[in-house]
Amino acid sequence: MERERRALLKLAGLTVVGLAGGALARTAEASSKHAAKPGTKRLAMVIDPRKCLENDGCTDCIGACHAVHNVPPIDDPRHEVKWIWKEKFSGAFPDQEAEYVDEALTSKPVLVFCNHCDNPPCVRVCPTQATWRRDDGIVMMDWHRCIGCRYCVAGCPYGSRSFNWVDPRPFLKSPTPDFPTRTKGVVEKCTFCDERIGKGQQPACVEACKEKALVFGDLNDPDSAVRQTLRARFALRRKAGLGTRPAIHYLV
Amino acid sequence: MHDGGKILTGLAVFLVLALLPFWHNAVGGTAAAPQPKIVTQEKACVAPRETIRSTHMELLNSWRDTVVREGTRTYVDAKGQTVNMSLTNTCLSCHPNKKEFCDACHNYLAVSPYCWDCHVEKKESA
Repeated sequence: MERERRALLKLAGLTVVGLAGGALARTAEASSKHAAKPGTKRLAMVIDPRKCLENDGCTDCIGACHAVHNVPPIDDPRHEVKWIWKEKFSGAFPDQEAEYVDEALTSKPVLVFCNHCDNPPCVRVCPTQATWRRDDGIVMMDWHRCIGCRYCVAGCPYGSRSFNWVDPRPFLKSPTPDFPTRTKGVVEKCTFCDERIGKGQQPACVEACKEKALVFGDLNDPDSAVRQTLRARFALRRKAGLGTRPAIHYLV
Repeated sequence: MHDGGKILTGLAVFLVLALLPFWHNAVGGTAAAPQPKIVTQEKACVAPRETIRSTHMELLNSWRDTVVREGTRTYVDAKGQTVNMSLTNTCLSCHPNKKEFCDACHNYLAVSPYCWDCHVEKKESA
């Protein structure tokens, strides 16, 4: 009897140690996920709202993005699809108490799109891995695999995702053959122009901006334009408190 | 218990209806197998004709996964040439006559691939 009890206690002790070790290893793994792998890029964008506002009311970037990606112009707000758009300052930065900040900045809309988070909630909730985070930081979409469950839409704290409630084709007068359209029942969003980056080009919005208010580059390269800009000026990220670690930085 | 006539009549009607496709072919002859029309100036496809005929859907699936999931957009074909993996811009650039080339066989075999629900079909110039 005594011996059995001793064996049981030993086993229980070992089990507890084993479980604790496993949990520790998982925590360590999770925290090392954000660390840059050597030789990989971390693509990001820096937006200068002041430069953007130099040409107030300009929508060149939105037009360029929506044209090259066959984003349908649907006016009905229940069905609209958008990859990049302008949001009220208080909507884009609800956690910023900007009571006495320059009204030139806070009274104007802010350019918003997918934040390509380091810790993207949309990826975490996607049941089919139709959305996933690439090694270079792009939160990609695979429309072949999307089943339209809209968990990602619910998961994204920035409202960056649109669902195709209706067939987008009839809204596109002359779709560009260089990019697919989407079909009814899938979710879509900005993909950081993965198809252009693959060819060594800049994202369409960056290229379209005459004011050069958008800077795109690799955060892992200390000499890149984004890193230089971020060193020179202070920048905000949307809802930073949520821990999603967005890759879109807004200069102040 | 003299329902033999009814049963036999019923069976005959059933056989006529159930085998209607066979009667149709027996009387009217079978539909001719389509001859997809090739209009390209190119001398060779990315794979031999027989391979393409039997497994083009598998090739397209692997192109899809390589481009979307792995971010690689170029493919080295059987002859060592590098091509861009794109249904609209590579396949349909040689075969702009989708109706005569793709649809002819797909309709004959009653398969309806949903590629073109999203991938843009270039305007046929012909």
